[in-house]
Amino acid sequence: MLDCGLDMTSTLNFLPLPLVQSPRLSNLPGWSLKDGNAFLDKELKECSGHVFVDSVPEFCLPETELIDLSTVDVILISNYHCMMALPYITEHTGFTGTVYATEPTVQIGRLLMEELVNFIERVPKAQSASLWKNKDIQRLLPSPLKDAVEVSTWRRCYTMQEVNSALSKIQLVGYSQKIELFGAVQVTPLSSGYALGSSNWIIQSHYEKVSYVSGSSLLTTHPQPMDQASLKNSDVLILTGLTQIPTANPDGMVGEFCSNLALTVRNGGNVLVPCYPSGVIYDLLECLYQYIDSAGLSNIPFYFISPVANSSLEFSQIFAEWLCHNKQTKVYLPEPPFPHAELIQTNKLKHYPSLHGDFSSDFRQPCVVFTGHPSLRFGDVVHFMELWGKSSLNTVIFTEPDFSYLEALAPYQPLAMKCIYCPIDTRLNFIQVSKLLKEVQPLHVVCPEQYTQPPPAQSHRMDLMIDCQPPAMSYRRAEVLALPFKRRYEKIEIMPELADALVPMEIKPGISLATVSAVLHTKDNKHILQPPPRPTQPTGGKKRKRASDDIPDCKVLKPLLSGSIPVEQFVQTLEKHGFSDIKVEDTAKGHIVLLQEAETLIQIEEDSTHIICDNDEMLRVRLRDLVLKFLQKF
Amino acid sequence: MDPECSQLLPALCAVLADPRQPVADDTCLEKLLDWFKTITKAGSSLLLLQENPCLVELLCHVLKPQDLSSRVLSFSLRLAGVFAAQEDCFQYLQQGELLPRLFGEPGPLGGAAWTAPSVRSGWIQGLRSLAQHPSALHFLADCGAVDTIFSLQGDSSLFVASAAGQLLVHILGLSMQGLAEGHPSLQAGDWPVCAQKIVGHIEESLHSTAVPQITQALNVLTTTFGHCHDPWTQVLWVRLSPLVGSLLEKDPVPAAHSLVDLLLSVARSPGLSSSSCGLWETLAQTLNHLSPTQAGPLALGILKLQDCPQVLRAQAFVILLQPLACVLKATGQDPGPSDVLDSATGDSLTVDALLSSKAACVGLLCRTLAHLELLQPLPQRPCPWPQEPLLGAAVTLLQLCRGSASPASDVGRHLCALLLGCVRVQRAALDFLGTLSQETGPQELVTEVFAVLLEYLRSPDSSPTVLKKAFQATFRWLLSSPKTPGCCDLEPHALLVLRELLPVLQKRLCSPCWEVRDSGLEFLTQMTRHWGGQAGFRHALLASEVPKLTEQLLRDPESYVRASAVTVMGQLSSQGLHVTPVSPEHPGGQQKSLLVELLHILSTDSEGFPRRAVMQVFTQWLRDHHADVAGDTEQFMARVLQVASQDLDWEVRAQGLELALVFLEQTLGQFHSHCPYAVTPPVAAPAGPLAQALQPLCRVRLFEFAFRALFDCDRPVAQKSCDLLLFLRAKTASSSGSLQESRSGPDVASVEAALQRWQAGDQGQPLGDLEPEVVLAVLRSVDLEGLRGALAEGSDHMEKSPQSLLQDMLATVGVLGENEADCY
Repeated sequence: MLDCGLDMTSTLNFLPLPLVQSPRLSNLPGWSLKDGNAFLDKELKECSGHVFVDSVPEFCLPETELIDLSTVDVILISNYHCMMALPYITEHTGFTGTVYATEPTVQIGRLLMEELVNFIERVPKAQSASLWKNKDIQRLLPSPLKDAVEVSTWRRCYTMQEVNSALSKIQLVGYSQKIELFGAVQVTPLSSGYALGSSNWIIQSHYEKVSYVSGSSLLTTHPQPMDQASLKNSDVLILTGLTQIPTANPDGMVGEFCSNLALTVRNGGNVLVPCYPSGVIYDLLECLYQYIDSAGLSNIPFYFISPVANSSLEFSQIFAEWLCHNKQTKVYLPEPPFPHAELIQTNKLKHYPSLHGDFSSDFRQPCVVFTGHPSLRFGDVVHFMELWGKSSLNTVIFTEPDFSYLEALAPYQPLAMKCIYCPIDTRLNFIQVSKLLKEVQPLHVVCPEQYTQPPPAQSHRMDLMIDCQPPAMSYRRAEVLALPFKRRYEKIEIMPELADALVPMEIKPGISLATVSAVLHTKDNKHILQPPPRPTQPTGGKKRKRASDDIPDCKVLKPLLSGSIPVEQFVQTLEKHGFSDIKVEDTAKGHIVLLQEAETLIQIEEDSTHIICDNDEMLRVRLRDLVLKFLQKF
Repeated sequence: MDPECSQLLPALCAVLADPRQPVADDTCLEKLLDWFKTITKAGSSLLLLQENPCLVELLCHVLKPQDLSSRVLSFSLRLAGVFAAQEDCFQYLQQGELLPRLFGEPGPLGGAAWTAPSVRSGWIQGLRSLAQHPSALHFLADCGAVDTIFSLQGDSSLFVASAAGQLLVHILGLSMQGLAEGHPSLQAGDWPVCAQKIVGHIEESLHSTAVPQITQALNVLTTTFGHCHDPWTQVLWVRLSPLVGSLLEKDPVPAAHSLVDLLLSVARSPGLSSSSCGLWETLAQTLNHLSPTQAGPLALGILKLQDCPQVLRAQAFVILLQPLACVLKATGQDPGPSDVLDSATGDSLTVDALLSSKAACVGLLCRTLAHLELLQPLPQRPCPWPQEPLLGAAVTLLQLCRGSASPASDVGRHLCALLLGCVRVQRAALDFLGTLSQETGPQELVTEVFAVLLEYLRSPDSSPTVLKKAFQATFRWLLSSPKTPGCCDLEPHALLVLRELLPVLQKRLCSPCWEVRDSGLEFLTQMTRHWGGQAGFRHALLASEVPKLTEQLLRDPESYVRASAVTVMGQLSSQGLHVTPVSPEHPGGQQKSLLVELLHILSTDSEGFPRRAVMQVFTQWLRDHHADVAGDTEQFMARVLQVASQDLDWEVRAQGLELALVFLEQTLGQFHSHCPYAVTPPVAAPAGPLAQALQPLCRVRLFEFAFRALFDCDRPVAQKSCDLLLFLRAKTASSSGSLQESRSGPDVASVEAALQRWQAGDQGQPLGDLEPEVVLAVLRSVDLEGLRGALAEGSDHMEKSPQSLLQDMLATVGVLGENEADCY
């Protein structure tokens, strides 16, 4: 199984979970059907024309109907965003296989899960709505609830115990490490340049190579650059995880982020940045580190609030080997690779596990707050939205591309604060993909259907699709796709003692042949040629062996023949040996030599020679020997 | 020639002729040649050679087989040409068979030295100088030089090849000179042999299938028609035009760029009667045959011609507009009522050219936009000018580059994919859009223009250069928006745009990219300069955060931005647009604080640009009687001059003198003359007695500043100070009677002594308080005119003399004997 991401957009249908009681949210009117029937008003609330489920947020799990996940042997993880559904799979499906991921992926993935669990568990909600999921009722609901798919499979968040159990099933791997999977294939993670420890995977046998490219970046940010060279010579390249906002250039967006941040703060407003606790935030902090002094923002406090804020900032500094070259070299100076260490040292950046505690005493405005969750449905961000939403001086800047910012803001409307959308997605865009494919030149590209046509809203943008030759094979949900290659060869190892015994004969310059008699031993998809056991010397008087112990019969080996028979010379030889009345006929495949007197026929073809005579074994053997004179034996 | 130079010359010639001596660098040889050209222009070359036999010896010497540097050889060839330009000297050199040996077969031609491009170039330039008289023509014919020149047209060195072409043109012109008086005959046999040979070669080249040869022939013709307008050129054109025309029958047309140059050169030639020689037909035919990329420059050239048939102009304009017409058509837009653009649509060749590749598409569109931009302001531009479709095309292009257009056709989608994010086209289209603001368009289109400009200004993806151009275009369109009669304020629609623009500007002023902040400030400066006094603009600006943000940029880390911020703040303050909330500690002191802040920048900023900007703002404030300055002008002046005098940047010191001049004018009264340096007697006498009038100048220590500047190590500062003091002296001259000068008092002597020390470079000692009388006395005693004359001379005037040149050249090889002591 390649990756197991969690679709969190389902949470947008739920009301936010406030940290402290929010009179506004608790006083929202219940929703009733057009006919006035209000039986759902406990479950559904209305806010500025949108309807939300008033319940613990639920997540949409990976597809489980198509495949029995207990039969999955291996899960390969690309990056920490693509493992958020792991506890659902390892703990509830009978999965007994192994998960492979790099160390930073596991550590930061753990932080993300921990944050998620913490956000949801710390504000327990008594109510759990399920009535609305009834199919007959769901179709009566307004959009987008009406159109939500597979709502019956939506699940509440997992627990920390499940997270720990799931993570214990992960085997850590390093870049370029070759991992044997049952002898059948070898898998290798390669740097994908997108996030700390993010990987592309190569799945290869001796003669076939499949690359799985997911969430990669060619931009120079903090992680190790993408390893493109190792992707060359792929039979199939599975491509996914491209940028979600292909029209937004990350550089422009970072500039926009800085400008809007400075503008707000200079006017005395606060800036709220809903974000994940790892990833783009490192780059944003680095940009701000360079920018704040020049923009005269040195006195503005930056707060990073997350239950895992401290671990995230610390972890980032210790994964030196997974960082880009510039940052790696800093470690030897020795300096912390990320400048946020200096921001913390100089008190410009402060981090807190939550709003409660130290933060409330340190809190100073105007300020910039980085906090989760980017869906605005849970986490400390909910509190800041409620607190700052009423003033037009404040600004919320969306940098994570995973959620539609308009949908995220819907339960906070009407909103006076300014909203800026600066999605920063460093993953490959279509121009970079086409460069990558030109460089890597896979025989076939396989990708989701969405990548093979322009986005529906911008159907004229032919540049917003994958353009490659031959055209990419696309797949859609629940579709089974046969990858376009056949396995023709297997590699067989030969034991050294057997190899020693071989006597090659040069049949053409540069080409030698040797006959091999051996036992082919196949186990765990590995094939080995072993020397045949010696024929056991008959030891008289001993007990007869059981039939099953018999070794294969070792017959006297006949030499193998090669070469061709020159017909004219052959006829001359026959005549020398006393055959007369010889006739030669040409056929489509060779020649027929007729010995009329002896009523015998010799059929000479490219790869066979037949001697047909009536019950005269002597004659046949004589003729055979004459034929063999023209052939090489070995 | 000076006797001194004559004396040095033999030694120099010996050095040049000696292969063991290191040759002076090229520039020395060039200067030497220039000097000889000046001498021969003024006098007889023959005499020069006779008086300085070493020169002929040098020319003879270089011919000897030896390892002489190619520089010296090239120099000698050119020198020989310079001498032989005069016929008597030519004859003199011919007597010694020197010229054939230099320029003919026995010379460097064909030898090892010929491989050096500089030698080939020297050979051509020598002949170019030499070919001035009929004897030279015979010489060229005799030594077979013309054939060599033919072959040099294809030389691997571009300089040599180009010079060879020009030499051919020159020889052709020279050989036809004799015929120029009478009516030239069409018969080839009547033309001089040399001309026949050259024309024959051109004809042969035009027949050739090799493109380089055709290009050479066309280039020679282009130069001929460009430089020579004698009647024979018309005969030449009549003779060659069929051949030129036959080039058009080839596909693709060979050497199209050179062909276009030639046709335009012929069309511009006053010597040719275009109508009589079928030129218009050829031009029309060429327009049809060339590819869209090649036809553009020809079309522009035709449209720029003063007199040209209307039909041809129309055809050229259609060709020029074709790429834009294709863009409009591809995006499903009606090209509008204009016939011109309508007939320009649908050309499949242009569509193919546009879509063939990104580079071709971008190149063609950028060239088209640049051509139209050049054409727009010309009086002979086509009429009616299709303003509306052109505006539409520029807007569409900008939308295509942003991906915001939604073309319905395949061509449109393809174009969109090619142009997306293309900075070159964005820049060209924004420039063109700005040019189109000279005329207006229908309101809905103007609305679209502003919409697309705002889209660019808002977009996070706009590169800094694109943003700068977007700001410029926006300003031009705001300027051109129709005015309410009798009111200079922005019209209501423009005010609406401004209200949308200011938040964008606010954001741009906070950009992490300094170029963007700088462009934003420049834009603000332009706007404030134009509408700073208008109520609508003032209201919108004051309601925004822009003034506050601008003030913060005075502390920007980038010096260019600080400089721009200083300029804007100075202007905002002048216009009363710099308002900050009054703090209780400094009631009413806010305006002052800007003055203090600018003074702080002037005294402490580490970069020159912000300090220069502060000086300019202060000068403007003084001129405008800005309230802060007018309050206590003397204190202001004293402080600024004190800081400026210590500035390390000469431009700041020079600007300080500018400020001093304004103060001087204001103190001594207004004059009619606007030229500050015009030395005219004052029309109006100073306001009071002279001493009284000069007192403020003394109090602010203006004289100390000016006298110090007089001996400034940077010449422009000294010149400016000199002018200022001369101006002051002239001003005070008429009323000097009213003041008792203390011509020889002790103060005067000490000041003069101090000035002498200053001049010697010791500027440590201050002058102290000066009395007006002393100042006047010193003003008269210092030789300002002499100083001005000395300053007007170039800094190298001493070293520029030929004698110095010769000495330098000799010194480098040690002939002057300075460095020979240590030789064993």
